[in-house]
Amino acid sequence: MDALLLSRIQFGFVITFHILFPAFTIGLAHWLAFLEWRWLRTQDGKWRDLYFFWLRIFAISFGMGVVSGIVMSFQFGTNWAVLSDRAGAILGPLLSYEVLTAFFLEASFLGVMLFGWNRVSPKLHFLSTCMVALGTLFSTFWILAANSWMQTPQGHEIVDGMFVPVDWLAVIFNPSFPYRLVHMVLAAFITTCFVIGGVGAWYLRRGVHLEQGRTMLALAVAFAAIALPLQVLVGDLHGLNVRDHQPVKLAAMEGHWTAGEPGAGVPLVLFGWPDEAGESNRYEIAVPRLGSLILTHSWDGEFDALDTVPPSERPPVAPVFWGFRIMVGLGVLMLLLALASAWAWRRGRLFGSKWLLDGWRLLSPAGFVALLAGWYVVEIGRQPWVVYGLMRTSEAVSPNITAAAVMSSLLTYAAAYAVIFGAGSWYLLGLVRRGPQPFEEPPRTEGGEKTPARPLSVGEPGHARSEGP
Amino acid sequence: MDTATWLPVAWYFVIGFGVLMYVLLDGFVLGLGVLAPFAEDEGQLDTMMNTAAPIWDGNETWLVLGGTGLLAAFPRAYAILLSALYLPVLAMLVALIFRGVAFEFRFKARRGKRFWGGAFAVGSMVASFSQGVILGALVEGMPLEEGRYLGGAFAWFSPFSMLTGASVMCGYALLGAGWLILKTEGRLQQVARTTTRPLVLVAVMSMGLVSAWLPFLDSRIMARWFEGGNFWWLAPVPLLALLNAFMLWRAAMEEGRDARPFLLTLSFFVLGYAGLVIGIWPNIIPPSLSIWDASSPPSSQGFTLVGLAILLPIVLGYTAWSYSVFRGKVRADAGYH
Ligand code: HDD
Ligand code: HEM
Ligand code: HEM
Repeated sequence: MDALLLSRIQFGFVITFHILFPAFTIGLAHWLAFLEWRWLRTQDGKWRDLYFFWLRIFAISFGMGVVSGIVMSFQFGTNWAVLSDRAGAILGPLLSYEVLTAFFLEASFLGVMLFGWNRVSPKLHFLSTCMVALGTLFSTFWILAANSWMQTPQGHEIVDGMFVPVDWLAVIFNPSFPYRLVHMVLAAFITTCFVIGGVGAWYLRRGVHLEQGRTMLALAVAFAAIALPLQVLVGDLHGLNVRDHQPVKLAAMEGHWTAGEPGAGVPLVLFGWPDEAGESNRYEIAVPRLGSLILTHSWDGEFDALDTVPPSERPPVAPVFWGFRIMVGLGVLMLLLALASAWAWRRGRLFGSKWLLDGWRLLSPAGFVALLAGWYVVEIGRQPWVVYGLMRTSEAVSPNITAAAVMSSLLTYAAAYAVIFGAGSWYLLGLVRRGPQPFEEPPRTEGGEKTPARPLSVGEPGHARSEGP
Repeated sequence: MDTATWLPVAWYFVIGFGVLMYVLLDGFVLGLGVLAPFAEDEGQLDTMMNTAAPIWDGNETWLVLGGTGLLAAFPRAYAILLSALYLPVLAMLVALIFRGVAFEFRFKARRGKRFWGGAFAVGSMVASFSQGVILGALVEGMPLEEGRYLGGAFAWFSPFSMLTGASVMCGYALLGAGWLILKTEGRLQQVARTTTRPLVLVAVMSMGLVSAWLPFLDSRIMARWFEGGNFWWLAPVPLLALLNAFMLWRAAMEEGRDARPFLLTLSFFVLGYAGLVIGIWPNIIPPSLSIWDASSPPSSQGFTLVGLAILLPIVLGYTAWSYSVFRGKVRADAGYH
């Protein structure tokens, strides 16, 4: 394997780990803001207990998001030096704005959020939670602007092979950006929503933490019943956008190899095994004309097939094709569960229904899987380009790194992430298993001048130290 | 002067400021990790880590700003530096991962508590040593040809970069000791005080060694310091540094004025840093890549500078606020288990 292939594997690997945590913390930060708001409004201890329960989970996830993110921001230089050199003038400012608007905001207010409960007024504490939540959205905005520009670049000139920005508004609000932003934020919220609902359902099934379990599940059902239909709608619009701007990617998503007879429309391939050598799908099950209906909103509309470009400009078809089906399939499942639960809720049967509770438990990781599947579609689907249509991934790799160096870094990351994420998930599961605990007022300290070590330490149940394994 | 001339100069100072902030702020947190083996028991290590728990993340963010700022303003320097120093950068990143999660994990673990304490210590040491190595390799100079780095995967390895690695590690430990004197009391503060003096000696020695070595590495640095009367202009920098070190030595043991050692360590670092920056200017990667060669177009530098001018004061404002929320001594939590 050469440095290029290894670098691609490494990039996919580290960003796959990274995105799981930000996606979860984007949703969680907003959920925490909601919980704290309810607590301030009602002064009902239930909300405060839930707040601290999820705050502990948030602290661990956020920590893992931060450390894996630091790796990301240096990867561009270590492994993709030519991309950095040529597109740095565009990517660098976007990422710098992310640091300035989002990372500092999150990091500074996070400290107050985690450790400041009895050091600042309740209002200021709530403000800190809101600032962290806002920070996650700013972060999403800028990083997706950068990624979307690489998908649908505009607003630049190419001078001596270098991308030179000429119109920043055009760079940021490039054609795929609005769709990707909305779709991603919804995806993050949905991911978190299903974890919350799943935890609630699990408590109800076990017969513990009943009141909190009902609250979490009910809120999750309500949110999912609104967000999933929206997500399907946005996803459809996103697909139309891909059709217009990245036709080859769309053809790979649909497994659409060759155009049929004029007027016959494009079928929708439900299942099949894309065969790159034979340029067709094996074992195909397809619904005639449905592809046209979904993607052109007409019976006989056409969109470009894979054979409109030479094989050297096509992405690997199978992962794109399958990734798309996994995402959409899970989206449909989640939608069905949300609707069924909402219906049962209205009839007063939600909390007693074994089927629905098990459904929520089962689908609690579904958001993560759909999210990753979606990103794999996007990123593998744009290959062989790193900046779509303009710069190939193979040109982007650092010229002077050796395969041995990249292999050693890949192995190092794999080992380090196995330890970190293994331990982190273990601690997270421990917290979930334990569930929300009744609140204990942390000892007030003289005049607020001295910080007790770990005031209401996150991750510690009450004050008893040493929890978890 | 036209924008293409002065924007890179402005950015040189912006990046310099960002890196300096990182060195000072994460420097003391990393220093806590370097000092971790001196903690007499797990309880002291708890307190040490708790002094930084609410703020370490914000401190580390300056590193990210340094990285993305470099990518925005000097993409070529970012590309060359990071790909040429692939292995030290890797070591730094992995070490920072372990150091970072240790803050959360150590307090959650029961059986793993010692492991995460170790991860905090070793992670901090490796991260600071690699940062010193990166600095050393940069200062030593990276031979380029047509924008391509000529060295191999281990070209950064040299006696000089090992010296800077060790120096940065000891320097951070000094910062950490100053911070502990400021934030703790009792036994732990004593431990910090007694480690300060030897660290001052080491810091002065390493600074002397590095300064003596530098002019021989690169005739431009020699010229900067010793030609055309420059020496008389620049001589105050080392003199001030010496004076500063002397005051720090005295302050270390003075009871009652607990902020002084930390503040004096900060100023000591600023002086040392100024010396380095004077030596490198106007290159961003010595010996041949100047800030104008490495610059992104004015449309990039200008766009980002506007945001920086507006946002950086706000960032500094709420950073200061969050520090003030956690001002005061961190108590060892007796009977708090
Ligand atoms: C959709 C959202 C999203 C996506 C696609 C990415 N990130 Fe991220 N990232 C976040 C959302 C986020 C976040 C939610 O905002 C985090 C999690 C914890 C935090 O501090 O911010 C974060 C953390 C985070 C950090 C640590 C910040 C700190 O020190 O506090 C860095 C350096 C990056 N990211 C960089 C990247 C890069 C270079 C990416 C792409 C290649 C990337 N992230 C993808
Ligand atoms: C966060 C979710 C993301 C996931 C799961 C993801 C996943 C992937 C994967 C699997 C690849 C490898 C494709 C291949 O080589 O066949 C890739 C490539 C790439 N992605 Fe992403 N990506 C994500 C977001 C981003 C973002 C936000 C950016 C930039 C701002 C980005 C930049 C790149 C670049 C530069 C490559 C090219 C290098 C390569 O081919 O490996 N990605 N991504
Ligand atoms: C069921 C209906 C859905 C449809 C029709 C749909 C459609 C799409 C399309 C067309 C893309 C590719 C965009 C591109 O190539 O640039 C995409 C990407 C993505 N999808 Fe979906 N999606 C659906 C559901 C979901 C669900 C339920 C989730 C997660 C909870 C999700 C998460 C994502 C993510 C994270 C991406 C990558 C980021 C992005 O480009 O926005 N999707 N989706």
